Amino acid sequence: MSDPALTSQLRVASSHPANGGGLGARVKRLLWCAGLFSCGAMSFAAEKVKVVYWDKWTGPEGRSLRAVVDAFNRSQDRIEVEVLTVSPVDRKTLVATAGGNPPDIAGLWAYNIASFADAGALTPLEPFMREDGQTADEWQARYYPVYQRITRHNGVVYAAVCQPAMITLHWNKQLFREAGLDPERPPRTVHELDEYARKLTKRDPRTGEITQMGFLPQEPGWWPWVFCRWFGGQLFDGENITLATDPRNLEAMRWVASYTKDYGKDAVTKFASGFAGQFASPQAGFFSGKVAMVLQGVWYNAYIREYKPGLDYGVAPAWPSAVPGIDDFSLAEADVLVIPRGAKHPRGAWEFIKYLSSPNLQAQSREELTGIELLSYIQEKNSPLREWSPFFANHHPHPKIDVFRRLSASEHAEITPDIGIWTEYHREVLAAFANVRLLTATPEEALADAHRRLEKSWARHRRSLERHGQLPAKQNAEVKP
Amino acid sequence: MTRGERRSFFTGLAFTSPWIIGLAVFTAYPVLASLFYSFCDYSILKTPVWCGLENYKELVSDDLFWLSLRNTLFYAGLSVPLGTIVALSLALLLNADVRGKPFFRVLFYLPSIVPIVAASMLWIWIFNGQVGLLNWILTPLLAPFGLTPPAWLVDPTWAKPALILMSLWGTGNAMVIYLAGLQNVPKELYEAAEIDGATGWRRFWHVTLPQLAPVIYFNVVMSIISSLQIFTQAIVMSSAASGGTGTETDGFPARSTLFYTMHLFATAFYDLRMGYASAMAYVLFIIIATLTWLATRISRDRLN
Repeated sequence: MSDPALTSQLRVASSHPANGGGLGARVKRLLWCAGLFSCGAMSFAAEKVKVVYWDKWTGPEGRSLRAVVDAFNRSQDRIEVEVLTVSPVDRKTLVATAGGNPPDIAGLWAYNIASFADAGALTPLEPFMREDGQTADEWQARYYPVYQRITRHNGVVYAAVCQPAMITLHWNKQLFREAGLDPERPPRTVHELDEYARKLTKRDPRTGEITQMGFLPQEPGWWPWVFCRWFGGQLFDGENITLATDPRNLEAMRWVASYTKDYGKDAVTKFASGFAGQFASPQAGFFSGKVAMVLQGVWYNAYIREYKPGLDYGVAPAWPSAVPGIDDFSLAEADVLVIPRGAKHPRGAWEFIKYLSSPNLQAQSREELTGIELLSYIQEKNSPLREWSPFFANHHPHPKIDVFRRLSASEHAEITPDIGIWTEYHREVLAAFANVRLLTATPEEALADAHRRLEKSWARHRRSLERHGQLPAKQNAEVKP
Repeated sequence: MTRGERRSFFTGLAFTSPWIIGLAVFTAYPVLASLFYSFCDYSILKTPVWCGLENYKELVSDDLFWLSLRNTLFYAGLSVPLGTIVALSLALLLNADVRGKPFFRVLFYLPSIVPIVAASMLWIWIFNGQVGLLNWILTPLLAPFGLTPPAWLVDPTWAKPALILMSLWGTGNAMVIYLAGLQNVPKELYEAAEIDGATGWRRFWHVTLPQLAPVIYFNVVMSIISSLQIFTQAIVMSSAASGGTGTETDGFPARSTLFYTMHLFATAFYDLRMGYASAMAYVLFIIIATLTWLATRISRDRLN
C-alpha cells in the first residue's frame, strides 16, 4: 500500500522540522484525514502490508532481532515485517533513499542520526506521535532522558531506541587478587585507576617487556572522544567547535599520553599490538588476562561467557570519577530504528516501532515479554525505558543489570555529540587520540590540528545547510530528566 | 556513404548497441555526471547547488588531501619499482631451466588468486607485533644488534612499509606477463650475444631488458594505476589494527595509512560530500593520466 498523502505530508514536515510543516491547520487536517482514510481502507484490504526492515546484525544479535520481529508479526494480522541483513546498513540505506527505494525501517547507529537528518534522509517521527495524541516529549517520556536525547537531532525526534547499551568499567577480580588489591573494590577515581593500573602491570624480568597491564586507554579505543566529556570538557557547544578551546579536553588527552609516557612508548605499543583489533576472540586483551580493567558495555557479559567462560570479573557502578562534580559518569550507546524519507509504508513502520517501544510492562514470565524488553532480555541488555516489567527487572539474565539501569538514569550519562559533521569529528578525534598516545604530537598540537580542520568543516556544513534552504540549526533542545 | 555502406553501418551499430548502451549508461553518464557534481555542493539526497570552483579551491587548502596524496605517492613510489624488480626477478628465475619449473610457477602465482580481503586477514597476523610470523623471524636476526622489530601495523612509521611489503606478495600477475615476454625474446639474440662474449649480467642488460621494454612499460603503467588506487587492503588492515573504531577510514595509526581513495571514500560515503569527492576523483584522474603519459614518454625515448 502506498500512502502518497502521508508521504507528502511527511516530506513537508521533514523540510521544515522546526515549524511543524508550516501548513495552514485546515490543510494539514485535510491531509491527515486523507492519510487516515487511506489507512482505514488498508485495514479492510485482505492483503497484509509488507514492511521492509534493514538491519546490520547477524549472529546472536540478528537472531534476537528476528525473534522480536516474529513476535510482532504474530501479534497482529495487518502488517508483516520482513528483516533483511544489509551491510553496511547506513551507507546502503542512504544510497537506497537517494534512489527513491529505501526500506521502510532502517536499523542505524545512533551517531548516524545527525548527519542523516541534515542530509534530509529521515522522516521525523513527531507526526506519528501526534496521531497517537501525544507530543514528542510526552511520547518519549517513557525513555530515560539519555535515550530521549540519543534519538534527536536539533530537538527533532527521528528515531526509536532499538538496542540500548550502557558502558562502564569491568575488572578482572583474579588479577586484582594477584596484585594484592581488594577484588571487590573497583577504582573510584581516575587517580585510583592509574594507581591500580600501576600495581596490575607486570613485566618480563628478563627482557623488561610488558606482559600484563592494569589499564590501557586504547583498549578498546572505540570512543576516545568520551574521555573529553569524562574530564568535564565539551566537544561542541551548540554553536562552535570547542575541542581545543576547552582546557578540560586537553587534560583528558594529557591523561591519555601519561600512559604511554609512564610505561614507555615502545613497550606499550608492542604489548598492545599483540591483541590489537581482537574483540570477539579469546585473544582479546581482557579475556586473555593481559589487561585487567576495561571500559565495556552491557553486552560484555555475553561475550565473556562465550570467549572466557568462568572469568571472575566485576562491573563498576560507574566510571571512576575524573573531576569533582561529575559522578556516575557513563556512556550510552544505542542502535536506532528510523523511517527513511520516501519509505513506502511509513505507517506500517511506525506500528512496528510502537510495538518495540511499548512492551508489556506487566510481564510476569518470559513468554509475556514483548517489544524492547523481549529484545533486551534475549540480548542481555538494559531496557531504555524508565519502567521495567516485574519479570524483566527480577529475572534478567545479566547478573549486574541493576548497575546499567542505574547508569541509564544518571544525569552524567553521555551520548555522541549532536552535530551534523560527526563522522568527520569522530575521525579527527581518532587521529588526534592516536597521535597523542603514540607521542607523535603533543596533546596541544593534536587537538589544535583537529580543531582547525573541524572549524572549517563546521562552517562549510552550515553554509551548505543554508544553501539548501534548511533552517539554520536550532541548537540542542535539552531534554529535562 | 552509399546505401549499402549505411546499411552495414547501422547493422554494425545494432550489433554493438548492447555494449554502447552499457558504456553510456554505466560508465559515460556517471563519469560526466561526477564532473558536473564536482562543481556542486551535492550530498546525494538534496538537489545539487552549483558552487563553481569552490570544491577545487578547498582541495588546495585541505591538508588531509595533501597528506593522503603524500601517503599514496609514498606507497606507489616504493611499491611500483619494488614490485617490478621482484616480479621480473621471479620471472627470470622461473624462466631458467630447473627441475619442477611448473610447480614453482604455480607456487609463485598462487597468492594472486587469493581474494584481497582474505590475504589482508592473513597479513594482519603476519604483521602482529607480538605473535606475528614476521617478527618471529626478525627478532633473532635483529637481536645481535640490540634491535627489536617494529610493531608494524600499529606503528605510524611502519604501517605503510608493511603495506608495501604485502603488495609484493601479489606480483604473480605481473610475473606471468614477464614470463610470457621472456619467452618471446628470440633465441638468436642470445646466441649472437654469446658469440660476442657477453655473459650473465651483460646478456641481461643488452638483450633481455631491451627486448622486454614494452612488457615492462605495460606492467609499470598498470601497477602505477593500481597502486595509486590502493584501497581494500589498507582499509581492512588499518581498521583491524585500530580495533574496529567504527570509521575504518581514519588511516590508523595516526593517519599514516590514509590513502587518497580512502579519504575520497570517507568524504563521499561517510560525510556525504559527493561534490567534493567528485572533485577529488577528477584530480586523481588527472594525476594518473599525467603519470601514465610520463611513463609513455620515457619509455618511447628509451625504445628509440
